[in-house]
Amino acid sequence: MEDNIAISVKGLSKGFKVPHEKHDTLKAKAVNIFSKMKYTKYTALEDISFDIKKGEFFGIVGKNGCGKSTLLKIIAGIYQPTSGKVEVNGNIAPFIELGVGFNPELTGRENVFLSGTILGLPRKKIEQLYIEIVEFAELKEFMDQKLKHYSSGMQVRLAFSIAVRAESEILLIDEVLAVGDAAFQQKCFNYFDKLLISGTTVCFVTHDMSAIQRFCTKALIIEKGKIKAIGLPEKISDIYREDNMEVITNSNKKNESSKSMSIIITDQNVKDKKVRFKITYPGNKNKDVYVGFSIIKEGNTVAELNSLNTSNTKNIHSIEYLLDTRMFNPGIYEISAVLINKDNKAPLDSTRERAIFIIKGNETVRGGGMRLEENWITE
Amino acid sequence: MYNKRTSFFDLVRELAVTDFKLKYQGSLLGYAWSIAKPLAVFGVLYMVFTVFVSIGSDIQHYALYLLLGIVLWTYFADATNTTMRAVADKGDMMRKVYFPRITIILAATISSAITLLLNFVIIFVFIVIARVVPGWNAILVIPLLLELFILCLGIGFITSAMYVKYRDVVHIWEVLLQLLFYASAIIYPLSMVPVKYQTFILLNPITQIIQDARYILVTDQTITAGTRLPVPLVFVPYLIPFILVIIGYFYFEKSANNFAEEA
Repeated sequence: MEDNIAISVKGLSKGFKVPHEKHDTLKAKAVNIFSKMKYTKYTALEDISFDIKKGEFFGIVGKNGCGKSTLLKIIAGIYQPTSGKVEVNGNIAPFIELGVGFNPELTGRENVFLSGTILGLPRKKIEQLYIEIVEFAELKEFMDQKLKHYSSGMQVRLAFSIAVRAESEILLIDEVLAVGDAAFQQKCFNYFDKLLISGTTVCFVTHDMSAIQRFCTKALIIEKGKIKAIGLPEKISDIYREDNMEVITNSNKKNESSKSMSIIITDQNVKDKKVRFKITYPGNKNKDVYVGFSIIKEGNTVAELNSLNTSNTKNIHSIEYLLDTRMFNPGIYEISAVLINKDNKAPLDSTRERAIFIIKGNETVRGGGMRLEENWITE
Repeated sequence: MYNKRTSFFDLVRELAVTDFKLKYQGSLLGYAWSIAKPLAVFGVLYMVFTVFVSIGSDIQHYALYLLLGIVLWTYFADATNTTMRAVADKGDMMRKVYFPRITIILAATISSAITLLLNFVIIFVFIVIARVVPGWNAILVIPLLLELFILCLGIGFITSAMYVKYRDVVHIWEVLLQLLFYASAIIYPLSMVPVKYQTFILLNPITQIIQDARYILVTDQTITAGTRLPVPLVFVPYLIPFILVIIGYFYFEKSANNFAEEA
């Protein structure tokens, strides 16, 4: 396997045999020994192949029962594939569900150690992290109580607090976001932001298209156990939405979307530290227009530019910009754009969804958007 | 994730301690039950075999002799019963995260061994009361307990993997345990058995372990495999646990791939 690949899935198929009558006892088996057992062979996954590169945030989407959770469990080593193979390069931590191994009869403290070790953390490491876990979960005064006296919200908080500490090169996450209130979801998103910036490889199963677009660098859609499409998250979420929408509303949306203004990242070259993005806007034959864009980090605008001084913007419907990212600190950046009338400077249109790019790195001491040199003068 | 040896042993320890804690969860006497139970069984049997039927009167320190047998037997019965169900009980957990399945069996056998060690405290008290002075060879109890541990582990590997597929194993094992209890010379002295059957009974590793332990700790008049069996045959009871654990391990590992789906 190549060095830059984290997970490689080749020709993977998985079938489950579902017996018509379950012969659980030897007697039933003995009685039915001459009559052939009747199975319904159910194919959950068929000939799945894809690679996930190191540092990718890989999304898996699909309708209920399409096999996406089965796929995740095979990657995690929980189920064995019927044919094909999965190769994993690096250690893996699966979050198929929060609170694995939690026992209601044990205290919060005991559960932290039990669940933590099941997730693969050595006991010493948990002892070091214990205070951090408890404080993050905001459950300090409840740790000596039995888990059965916790509210479900408290249990989820404790479970999540343990899970995010299982540092691993590769994380498999299965719809953890489906539970919890808005505040909890925000915590999840903050955690994902951190993962994105630190360059952890993540394989993420969800129904939430906004999460796919916000976090994923690549995505895969499964339909009835087969790969339907694989590619950029925008493309995949469009396909997913189309599948889930009725034909009429769908065609309406298409017309609308082709008329409105949009911004997409066309290329991010990490090595050269360049991000290229494209702004597309509806034609305005009569008006002379220009575009402006803002780069936003954590809600604050860190840079703006317009194309007023660019020659000839008439009769074109798109424009690209090559951004040098060396001047930015690590973080998640959003770009939004507006279309402006050259004559009266009035805004004509703006992008509805923002494009997102990520600058990786772990220099967490640097806040803000702009990267400053260490030009300290001590005297 | 589990390529590190430390977290493998941490996991076994954590699972074993949890099993032990949960066993007496919610009961008033808690851990005291782990001592009270074999003591109660001992009380009943001691009554029966000294007052009603006088089997025990021929044997030096019959109380200690009987208690030692019961404690070792209780461990064997307890460990094999818990281990058998252990994999199936953890089905839910196995479907959510991968961890080496073998840790479940190790943990269940160790968890029962904690009770065994607690019970050795009572045996020590009885030794003091009976004024038995064990020789230097009392240390040989440790390899004997290890042999018993390996025997339980081997049986646990096989029954737990079978139980996932066939729940009948529970009932079969229940009957087998009853049979083994009477075949293992726990309540009666081996000297009461006709000589031609003694050989046969001593081939059973449980009898061999219990008799050896009695020889070391209670009285050197105990008939052991070493004194009664001829040379090639004498190795049989000592080898059975190791053969079982090797066969069991491979059978368990072969079945382990499908545990998540079937349990």
